[in-house]
Amino acid sequence: MEYLSLFVKSIFIDNMIFSYFLGMCSYLAVSKNVKTAHGLGLAVIFVLVFTLPINYLLNKYMLTPGALSWLGPQFADVDLSFLALIIFIAVVAAFTQLVEMIVEKFLPNLYSSLGIFLPLIAVNCAILGGSLFMQQRDFVNCGESIVYALGSGIGWYLAIVCLAAIREKMSYCNVPKPLRGIGVTFITVGLMGLAFMTFMGIQL
Amino acid sequence: MSKLKETIINPIFRDNPIAVLILGICSSLAVTVQLNGACVMALSVTIVTGLSSFVCSIIRNTIPNRVRIIVQLVVVALMVILVDQVLKAYMYPVEKQLSVYIGLIITNCIVMGRIEAFALGNKPIPSLLDGLANGVGYGLILVIVAFFRELLGSGTLFGMQVLPAGYEPNGLVILPPFALILLGCVIWVHRAIYKDLQEK
Repeated sequence: MEYLSLFVKSIFIDNMIFSYFLGMCSYLAVSKNVKTAHGLGLAVIFVLVFTLPINYLLNKYMLTPGALSWLGPQFADVDLSFLALIIFIAVVAAFTQLVEMIVEKFLPNLYSSLGIFLPLIAVNCAILGGSLFMQQRDFVNCGESIVYALGSGIGWYLAIVCLAAIREKMSYCNVPKPLRGIGVTFITVGLMGLAFMTFMGIQL
Repeated sequence: MSKLKETIINPIFRDNPIAVLILGICSSLAVTVQLNGACVMALSVTIVTGLSSFVCSIIRNTIPNRVRIIVQLVVVALMVILVDQVLKAYMYPVEKQLSVYIGLIITNCIVMGRIEAFALGNKPIPSLLDGLANGVGYGLILVIVAFFRELLGSGTLFGMQVLPAGYEPNGLVILPPFALILLGCVIWVHRAIYKDLQEK
């Protein structure tokens, strides 16, 4: 039950895009049509689901104060938490490289349509942000971190596919000239965010 | 000399990283509820962008092309850790308020974008200036958005009461989505001034 609650919460209430603005750059740039948005969304879910548990374990058994005590009593008061940022980003970057190689080999069409944004998942804030929020929230076990990763990944996926669909329709609209393109997209995202706020306070 | 001047002036106004290149939205919008946080964030990003462009430009000829992303990330992460530790030591309340967003400067696309686009092909000093100027351009937008959000949302500026006491704070402005709408308006004004940037 707690898992379900965490899952729903991370999709709708703590949505990466609408409540934390994470992963905005690729979100705005790749949301021009639904198909590529779908591909990138899946890639983000994939990377999140794998990196978050890895970072969780690293954080628990290596980085927090006293975490190294399993090596022996002389390590009990070692505090490596200042290394967290560098370790997390290294895991994310290595994993993204892996995903890139897999997609290039097995899904060449998707690979060419995503272009530069596939390697840029490494600097997608949603992913590093997920790890940092995980560190703040003190999950009790690895399962919770997987559920959280899956939920926030799906939240990101939903958001990018919705925006892409709206933008496809919006290309037929008569928008004031200086607002065309990115300006009106920002306002759309803002309005979508307001809509998502109605989920606030849902408890399971 | 005039080229150097362009390197400094252009990113602040005409080629503003947020308004034109749409870089670095990620970690920026959540810190614009109050001017205080926005100023600290702007300063941190300026320092990180400047220094990491500088360092990457120094070692640009020795980085193998294939692993350059990881090398750049390590340099940027190093700078961010430095800034984070300094903030923790001297401005603890602000650091708490900014929470994960300081760490997220690493993945701020402005930093990586400037390294890729400028620092890897230019000498250290122009790279340093380019990085600093882009940070300032980013900070400018941040401060504009934060100004309106704090003024309308709580009637204060830098925590001091500015609007008369009878002013009813507008709750909508404090909510995250409003930052996006406000940013959309900033871009609207920017493109109305620089007409050549408008899209068909």
